[in-house]
Amino acid sequence: MNSTAAGTAPRKLDISKLLIESRAFLALALIIVIFSLLSPNFLTVNNLLIMSSHVAIFALLSLGQLLVVLTGGIDLSVGSILGFTAVIAGFLLRGVPISMFGVTLYPNVPAAVLIAIVLGGALGLINGVLVAKFKVAPFVATLGMLYVVRGFALLMTNGRTLNDLSGDEALGNTGFEWLGFNRVLGIPAGVLIMAVIALVIAVVLGRTTFGRWLYATGGNERAAQLSGVPVRSVTIWVYVVSGLCSAVAGIILASTLTSASPTAGNTYELTAIAGVVIGGAALSGGRGTVRGTLLGAFVIGFLSDGLVLIGVSAYWQTVFVGAVIVVAVLLNTLQYGRPGKASRAGRKTGGAGTPGEPGGPGEAGGPSGPRAPSDPGGSSESAEPAAPAGPAGSAGPRSPSSD
Amino acid sequence: MNTAADAQHPARDVVLAARDIVKTYGGTRALKGVNFEIHRGEVTTLFGENGAGKSTLMKILSGVEQPTSGQIELEGEPVSFATTTEARDHGIAIIHQELSLAPNLSVRDNIYLGREITHGGRVDFAEETRRTAALLEDMHLDVSPSALVGDLRVGQQQIVEIARALSIDARILIMDEPTSALAAKEVEILFGIIDELTARGVSLVYISHHLEEALQVTDHAVVLRDGSMTARGRREEIDLDWIVRHMVGENFDLGSPPRGHEFGESVLRIEDLTVRDPENPERAVVDGVSLEVREGEIVCVYGLMGAGRTEMLEAVAGRGEIAGGRVLLRGEDIAAQSLRERLSRGIGLVPEDRQRDGLVQTMTVGQNLTLASIKQFLHRGFTSRRAEEDLATGLIKDVTVKAPGPGVGIGSLSGGNQQKVVIGKVLATRPDVMLLDEPSRGIDIGAKAEVFGLLAERAREGLAVLYSTSEIDECFSIAHRIVVLRRGSISAEFGPDAAKADVMAASGEVVTS
Repeated sequence: MNSTAAGTAPRKLDISKLLIESRAFLALALIIVIFSLLSPNFLTVNNLLIMSSHVAIFALLSLGQLLVVLTGGIDLSVGSILGFTAVIAGFLLRGVPISMFGVTLYPNVPAAVLIAIVLGGALGLINGVLVAKFKVAPFVATLGMLYVVRGFALLMTNGRTLNDLSGDEALGNTGFEWLGFNRVLGIPAGVLIMAVIALVIAVVLGRTTFGRWLYATGGNERAAQLSGVPVRSVTIWVYVVSGLCSAVAGIILASTLTSASPTAGNTYELTAIAGVVIGGAALSGGRGTVRGTLLGAFVIGFLSDGLVLIGVSAYWQTVFVGAVIVVAVLLNTLQYGRPGKASRAGRKTGGAGTPGEPGGPGEAGGPSGPRAPSDPGGSSESAEPAAPAGPAGSAGPRSPSSD
Repeated sequence: MNTAADAQHPARDVVLAARDIVKTYGGTRALKGVNFEIHRGEVTTLFGENGAGKSTLMKILSGVEQPTSGQIELEGEPVSFATTTEARDHGIAIIHQELSLAPNLSVRDNIYLGREITHGGRVDFAEETRRTAALLEDMHLDVSPSALVGDLRVGQQQIVEIARALSIDARILIMDEPTSALAAKEVEILFGIIDELTARGVSLVYISHHLEEALQVTDHAVVLRDGSMTARGRREEIDLDWIVRHMVGENFDLGSPPRGHEFGESVLRIEDLTVRDPENPERAVVDGVSLEVREGEIVCVYGLMGAGRTEMLEAVAGRGEIAGGRVLLRGEDIAAQSLRERLSRGIGLVPEDRQRDGLVQTMTVGQNLTLASIKQFLHRGFTSRRAEEDLATGLIKDVTVKAPGPGVGIGSLSGGNQQKVVIGKVLATRPDVMLLDEPSRGIDIGAKAEVFGLLAERAREGLAVLYSTSEIDECFSIAHRIVVLRRGSISAEFGPDAAKADVMAASGEVVTS
């Protein structure tokens, strides 16, 4: 007399199920159509590429967040880690004075970038160990990290933005802005990096042991453990990857602006979570895909940039993004049942939208923006939304860029 | 519809009657038209094996679940309860096997939870405290109304739960296995309370596996088997034999233990294994157990609920801490190894609660089946979809899971098929020893027979099986050897030809006189 009432009637909801499952895709299509009608500049290759490079920052955070959410956890520290690693990179590029010898050390760009990224991973490791080993609730552990890391970023810079990170030919540390400004085959470097990372994560989720372990851990930790899944190390690793993704996003952002603000990435953790949720992942764990998360990030990014483009105030953007998030969560509820009941298998018909369905590598490529990689710069340079527009229009990177 | 009206219809003393109650879960019929009456001021005991439908029936009477068809009559009037609150408003309260108290609140707050006594929006704590104290005194429970429930012993919590039921003036009180967590002295107190309640006109429904104990308090017995009522009688007409006879019935033949193969060498040896209760380290839930399982041998661990079977199997599998003793796999002590290491060395556990511990509900049938053996379909570090599907399809066939394919969600299967998936998952790791903890719980008799066939077949191929159960007949259908566990220790050991009564006696279920 368990609750395994077999789902006998999965048929009748097929159409609405389809709509729900592809909601992120439909939302994105809708956004593109509406903004194309409202502004002739929206659907130009150049604008799409520019918006995509804004999206790349959030998408990277969302991808790391997705892994954490798949375990049933949450990572609130991604925005702070983004800001911190940007500051670290900026700090290193402006030279590290070593007072003992009276010299200043100028690490070259790859070294600075590498150090910053490793640091991001290390911060993620602390999160992971707190959660997996010391059983601190993910929300609390990463909330603490959010404050501590932000505090260090502010301390290191005295609250000021580190400007002019383009380096000096003589010191051999030039080229940092490459990530933010250069294009490969017409595609912004940041977008390419995001696509590569998305592809790697999609393959890991769909085609590796670790991916399977991850879905099992999030779906039912106890059962996973009894099946020999090393639940603890899986949990630690997802936070490490989330930290690494945040660091990469931080580097790209700093490179785009050739400056590093200690407040960069403020509230980005919420955008990252929103992307994951809009992409159809269940916050209770075990369900979610890279494809969905990318779509979610693009929905948010295109929505806020589009609103800027047609001249809607930043305050309205906030309202719209909020509404989209709530609608997405509502649809999640329809798809998976109430969050609290997620573990009661019985009632769900046919385990809708099984996440582990190895989507293979193809899963990642699809929506990553640039539909027409050729023909760069052919279109008008006109309405270019300023730096990566934080959807919340808050302390984002816009202000520091002009210091 | 109401064909059962022939049963001495509204007899004056019938408080609650269930008429032709049918309950189906998916394809499984848990109740097949049960008629059942509760008499005023009497204790009606429900007897039946696991899966006979007792709990389902009680859930329906208390509004937790709704019957698929059939009628409930209260004082002769048809009623239906959509929620437990509605049932409670009609004076029906249930005390579940698992206690439903909030451990972080005081006794008083628990008793008045959700129905606080308020004056103009403010809770009248003084009045609540006074009434709680009076209730507790009635119950002979010497604790303060402001004591935290979490600090009480389980037996005391049980009594708090009863007090809560009484505080709403319950006319009908349903108790599901109320004594399973009680010490002997607490059982005496409980029975005293039951006597006082019936004297006050409260009607009780009592469910217990301790047949003897239940006979002490019962006025009226009803026996369920496979979702149907097989017998009823008053206390003076019945005895233990009568109950057991009707509980077990002419059995669906589950077969007999596989014969005709030699046992091989010893695979698993447990020596003086001791496990402590994590909540009460004073108590050993497994107390110095030693046993051995050989290749091809199926050993049944028989015992009542709470006898320590689950704890023993989990300790062997590597979950939970071992306080003492050794676990030897082919002569090597593995007591210090993790569950993961033990699994890869050939000890697989089919856990007791398949929803909680056995299945990942968000995954497909195939993904669940292969979860513990991903290595088998890796090519150059990546999973091969074809190899995975082959493995899953093969396993589905091996363990006869009735599913359209490996890609369907695990939630769409019936309980029996889900159980086969859990078993298939463990078999996929090609274990030397398989531990099964009450694998037949909540699955129908046909699926049970299939599971048994599967085990017999594997045993012939040399698999060592340690099978835990609280159903005596299963032992005789599958076991080469029966080990009886009673309060954490082995109280007796039998061959496959032992007398049923002797085995039950050794477990403490029935005392032969």
